[in-house]
Amino acid sequence: MVDTLVVPLLKIIILLNAVLVAVTYMVLLERKVIAWVQSRLGPMRVGPYGALQPIADAIKLMTKEDITPTRADRWVFTASPIIVMVPALIVFAVIPFGPEVELFGRSVPLYITDVNVGLLYIVSIASLGVYGIILAGWASNSKYPLLSSLRASAQLISYEVAVTMTLVSMVLMAGTLSMVGIVESQREAGLWFAFVQPVAFVIFFIGGLAETNRAPFDLPEAEQELTGGFHTEYSGMRFALFFLAEYANMIVISCVAVTLFMGGWLRPFPSVEALGFLDLVPSWIWFLFKTFVFLYVFLWIRATLPRYRYDQLMHIGWKVLIPIAIGNVVVTGIAKVLL
Amino acid sequence: MKIEAPRPMFDTSELVLNMGPQHPSTHGVLRIVLRLDGERVVDADIVVGYLHRGIEKLCENRDWSQIILLTDRMDYVAAASSNLGYCETVEKLMSVEVPRRAQYIRTILGELQRIASHCLWLGTHAMDIGAMTVFLYAFRERELILDLFEEYCGARLTYNATRIGGLPLDIPPGWDKKVREFCHIMDSKLGEYETLLTHNRIWLDRTKGIGVIDGPEAIAMGLCGPTLRGSGVPRDVRKDEPYAAYDEFDFEVPIGTEGDTYDRYLVRLEEFRQSLRIIRQAVDGLPEGPIVGKVPRLIKPPAGETYHAVESPKGEIGFFIASDGRSTNPYRFRVRPPSFCNLQGLRRLIRGHLVADVVALIGSIDIVLGEVDR
Repeated sequence: MVDTLVVPLLKIIILLNAVLVAVTYMVLLERKVIAWVQSRLGPMRVGPYGALQPIADAIKLMTKEDITPTRADRWVFTASPIIVMVPALIVFAVIPFGPEVELFGRSVPLYITDVNVGLLYIVSIASLGVYGIILAGWASNSKYPLLSSLRASAQLISYEVAVTMTLVSMVLMAGTLSMVGIVESQREAGLWFAFVQPVAFVIFFIGGLAETNRAPFDLPEAEQELTGGFHTEYSGMRFALFFLAEYANMIVISCVAVTLFMGGWLRPFPSVEALGFLDLVPSWIWFLFKTFVFLYVFLWIRATLPRYRYDQLMHIGWKVLIPIAIGNVVVTGIAKVLL
Repeated sequence: MKIEAPRPMFDTSELVLNMGPQHPSTHGVLRIVLRLDGERVVDADIVVGYLHRGIEKLCENRDWSQIILLTDRMDYVAAASSNLGYCETVEKLMSVEVPRRAQYIRTILGELQRIASHCLWLGTHAMDIGAMTVFLYAFRERELILDLFEEYCGARLTYNATRIGGLPLDIPPGWDKKVREFCHIMDSKLGEYETLLTHNRIWLDRTKGIGVIDGPEAIAMGLCGPTLRGSGVPRDVRKDEPYAAYDEFDFEVPIGTEGDTYDRYLVRLEEFRQSLRIIRQAVDGLPEGPIVGKVPRLIKPPAGETYHAVESPKGEIGFFIASDGRSTNPYRFRVRPPSFCNLQGLRRLIRGHLVADVVALIGSIDIVLGEVDR
């Protein structure tokens, strides 16, 4: 009873809250990091160094007037932010933050569940989010959101292919689809897969930027062109859901990248005995630290690079990334058979 | 029951998209009605006039020295250049000799203004293409220039910085040293912009081959300033018809080769350097002497008409002024605004490009709606 119901429920509640808090603070972090890059201070007024800014933002968004345009498709308009938000959250179910640990005398795994098709689950759930974006653009009955949602769907579909191809090569390496299994196989190999599969790593990272609509691939919400894109007509909490979903997706992509390529909860160089003292740091801290590094790079890129154009984006996706990713799968397969 | 004719499975139609007057990238209240095929621009209508204040007519009802204030409000990011253009036109009409010291200071102000205006252009242009950090960096340096102007005349945007026959004020003590310091800072900051953009792969992809216009066509469209020079036409009023003290300084007029957005970007970046060069020479050789020429207390130019142009940061700003010789206000006042003339070319430039290029090209021709609409 306790093991099958109470513990998982507690974990779900804790994780859900942690993710939502992390997402709101991600927004603050982004504002701060970009401000530092641009020699500004960023939010400073609410709380010490702006630490309470996310709370102020949340209150503002919740108390804002909720507008549905008169000519919008009311039901779809209401549903689409939810369709975007829910997949972004439930993906976290299979992310392993750490191995089983002893907690109050019982062994508790630091993940909600370990399904044997974990990776497949992530890929399929994560791609559901795009429906919300398409529907939002369509239901708004406005031209800028429509253009933006078309861009978003084309972009997400084409980059999904490249990303999934890199995942195939990772599965070939690990021999399992289970997220926990992938980390375990990296421990056995004594090496992060990023060093074995650098090509897949780079493609996954670029594809991840594109899939989460982040700079330099943030075309669907290109403020300067499409005045905000698919969420132009949204206000208040519904807008906030889109916003939070974007950051949740960033965290998901970072978590997946860490699990697949950077050894998940493992310490750096897991096979080197001399670095054994690094094990003093709890495994989940290693995981969060690596995720943070990824997220920081996301923000860094946003502050530095201009934005690609729609046709150039498709060009990179279909003519560069996908062929390389497929080639990588072939090479990995051959190497796997020969070795 | 009404029976509808069967429709073909796919029907395509052009999408009419109204860009502006409230749009983050139209640099004010420009409105463009785009006709799109997918994301490709088939045709565009440029609609101006949302900021029309009737400045030209207003000027015909103000006396000669009050007009300087109104010229501030045309190109409000390069007020000193408009001030200079107007004052020189009236001086030409009245045949007033301006002292050399005033000419030198006017040149310094004009070039500082050019750098400030180009900073604003660079920031917004990069921002439109998605590089938001350049915007903040460019504004940081623009701030230094605004401080210099504030110290000189007390204003940060609308300077009212020249007078007919000279200047209202001499430079404050130590100001020339600060200008020199600024030149030094700006030199190193230019490299910062360049590392972020000039060789950036994405920047190259976004600007090369976008909005190509060749020299003869650019002339035919009446383009001017850096937009024209980007197409390889070495036309610069500062060189061709020197005014103020420009004939005494060494500087080059950068020109482009391809006539695309990237060339216009490079031309303006090089203009930063040339402006710094002019400022340095002017500060070093600043002569002593009076700052106002011999001007009657009541300005009443003789009957006649004249046209005079100066090189504002946006291009060639010309003033046509007719005086009837009796009243204390112009009989006819007309401006040739560079932004307006450059905007003529926009429709030609954006046709056939994508929506994303439209904002890049608006940034590339560097317009200020205050001057377009007047």
